[in-house]
Amino acid sequence: MAVSTAPTKASQRPQKVWKSPTEGQGRLAAMLVAPTMLVLLIVIGYPILAGIRQSLFFQSQQVDENGFIVEGDKFVGVDNYTAVFSGDTAKAFWNAFYNTTFFTVVTTALEVVLGVAMALIMNKAFAGRGVVRASILVPWAIPTVVSALLWRWIFDANGVANNVLGTQILWSTDGWQAKAAVIIADTWKTAPFIGLLVLAGLQVIPAEVYEAARIDGANAWKQFLHITLPLVRPALAIAVLFRMLDVLRMFDLPYVLIGRGKPSVETLSILAFLQTDNARFGPAAAYAVLLFVYLSIVAYAFVKLVGADLLGEARAKSKKPKGQRRIGRTVARGDTP
Amino acid sequence: MRRKHLVLVAIVSAAALTVPACGGDSTSGGGGQTTGTALEGEGPITVVQGKDTTGFAQKILDGWNKDHPNQKVTLIELPESADAQRQQMIQNAQTKSDQYDVLSVDVVWVAEFAANRYITEIPEAGLPLSDMLKPVLDTSRYRGKLYTVPSTSDGGMLYYRTDLLQAAGITAPPKTWAEMVAQCKKVQATPQGNGVPCFAGQFEKYEGLTVNAAEAINGAGGVITDDEGKPNVNTAQAKAGLDFLVTAFKDGTIPSEAITYKEEEGRRAFQAGKLIFHRQWPYQYNKANASDGSSQVAGKFAVAPLPGKDGTGVSSLGGHNFGISAYSKKKKTALEFIKFITNVDNNKLQLELSSLAPVYTSLYDDKALQAKFPYLTTLKASIETAKPRPKVVRYGDATQAIQDAAYAAIRGQKTTDVALSELQAKLTDITK
Repeated sequence: MAVSTAPTKASQRPQKVWKSPTEGQGRLAAMLVAPTMLVLLIVIGYPILAGIRQSLFFQSQQVDENGFIVEGDKFVGVDNYTAVFSGDTAKAFWNAFYNTTFFTVVTTALEVVLGVAMALIMNKAFAGRGVVRASILVPWAIPTVVSALLWRWIFDANGVANNVLGTQILWSTDGWQAKAAVIIADTWKTAPFIGLLVLAGLQVIPAEVYEAARIDGANAWKQFLHITLPLVRPALAIAVLFRMLDVLRMFDLPYVLIGRGKPSVETLSILAFLQTDNARFGPAAAYAVLLFVYLSIVAYAFVKLVGADLLGEARAKSKKPKGQRRIGRTVARGDTP
Repeated sequence: MRRKHLVLVAIVSAAALTVPACGGDSTSGGGGQTTGTALEGEGPITVVQGKDTTGFAQKILDGWNKDHPNQKVTLIELPESADAQRQQMIQNAQTKSDQYDVLSVDVVWVAEFAANRYITEIPEAGLPLSDMLKPVLDTSRYRGKLYTVPSTSDGGMLYYRTDLLQAAGITAPPKTWAEMVAQCKKVQATPQGNGVPCFAGQFEKYEGLTVNAAEAINGAGGVITDDEGKPNVNTAQAKAGLDFLVTAFKDGTIPSEAITYKEEEGRRAFQAGKLIFHRQWPYQYNKANASDGSSQVAGKFAVAPLPGKDGTGVSSLGGHNFGISAYSKKKKTALEFIKFITNVDNNKLQLELSSLAPVYTSLYDDKALQAKFPYLTTLKASIETAKPRPKVVRYGDATQAIQDAAYAAIRGQKTTDVALSELQAKLTDITK
């Protein structure tokens, strides 16, 4: 006699093969995030598109027979862009382009070195660590304009900087000293930011790894080079990406600290601003769009080259070496991180 | 999932591109412009000016507020720098905001603001215009029509240390640049004057540099733009004027740190006793004479007309006029307030409290005021011979071009020949 067991409810339900720990939650996630995305698209997406549209127009500067400016926007297509690249404005543009890139490279490099050093210090347990951590973050908390004004007083011809160095350098005049002043002020302000992000990355590294290395006879420098740096690389890459994008857009620091019209510290944002000063919004939007394109290229290249792990896909995709412990995994398989 | 994203992006892009089309850009600007006759609207208004460096503006406003409780005036202070003030006023006009009612317009912006319809025409009836100094009244018009009412004037004067000159045996202030340099050398040879820098003005790269460069060029007999507004700066006289500044920086007549001086930095240096001669506006007089210990030179200085190349120099005409914002909703009150604040009594009060130069001839000729303010006669002479800076509609570009040329020449980055010929080309382009 065949035993026919009535299929239980549980076995009737087909066993779903879960491909990833979070499957099935995608649609819910999309709906929860949708309102924020909508706001972001309006606040970010619309101005970008409106700016592109504005850059195709030109505000007249001709005076009519009564002495009034002819009003209205004229559609000029890409004329605003060709004007940026021709004649005197081209010189100003490429100078600003060079300045922006120079500031980005130099300040980011300095800030990475200082930030990683700060993070290593903050990571150690010592008495008063909380106070040190808080005070390292104070420069980052001060608004950039305020810190620019503070540094302007420091870099005054009769200010503290000249007093301490024993020199009479005119920091706010056009030249290398203006660049140096901007770099110093910017590094002071944002090295803590990189320090903070790297600190977060450092705190995820388990102590056993260092123990094992110490047992194997690695000294501090080798530990730093072969354990700390590779493990902190994702956090560091993101911090560097953020900083680079910030510096590429830098406006308030050179404008307030050094002043307008000084070619040695003029950045692309300042060029756009100077155009709005004369109510030429078409050319200003053109500069802004060019800066936007430059930023996009830099961000894309950086992500591709360095592999900045923006979406956390690296952990899910990397293969576990056979027979070895997955270095750095801090959650058990099957748990949602 | 990805296709949904693409669809969403496409929808938003389409919406974003069409919204501006119906949102109405500035294709129909200047809606709030009347033809200058009926100014309507009453109520509380705002008066907008740069930072009140003297501290007494509110006192004068209180006089109006006491008598007009329903039309109170609030003071809005803008940054100290003239460029920043202009930028804020332009922004306000571009957004067609009614937040600013009465604007304190620098005399060099009148043409620009009038042509761009940022300010409305003002009816001349009831305004005591004939009692005002003629050069000052000239600045308030655009193409013959009145757009602003003069409130304060300004002319550059030479502040000089009477005690140091006396110690060197000099009895009269210099009339030419050569005399000034010679007197400085004499003063610096005395023990009191040893090591004191000779001369400073405003040489930072901002509007003050345009003023000082214009004074140097005009003082040597040149012009930046002629009477019709056409640029003519590439002349031998203009070159001589600019060369004075360049050589003065090179040989130390002007200390190198003066390239960072705006008005306040120079005033601090003068008050600390660190300058023999100082080119400055009249507002410094009261402050440098303060007996509260803030000034080391109280009672030890006097003023004289600016020196020029071959004789008395020419100062740049400064000053502020009051205009009515075209987008103000309370133009009637604004006009009444302007009539109040520019009348003779308030002009006198401004002089007494803040040592701001008045605009009425009668105030300059008043004997009692002359006794109280010894610089009044010098100031009147300075204003009557003053030359305005270029009256062009694109003033922002013009002043930037002048600053570029002067700064590059002073810093030695360009020779004066090259700087002036490039400036001429740029100004021709701007004024065509």
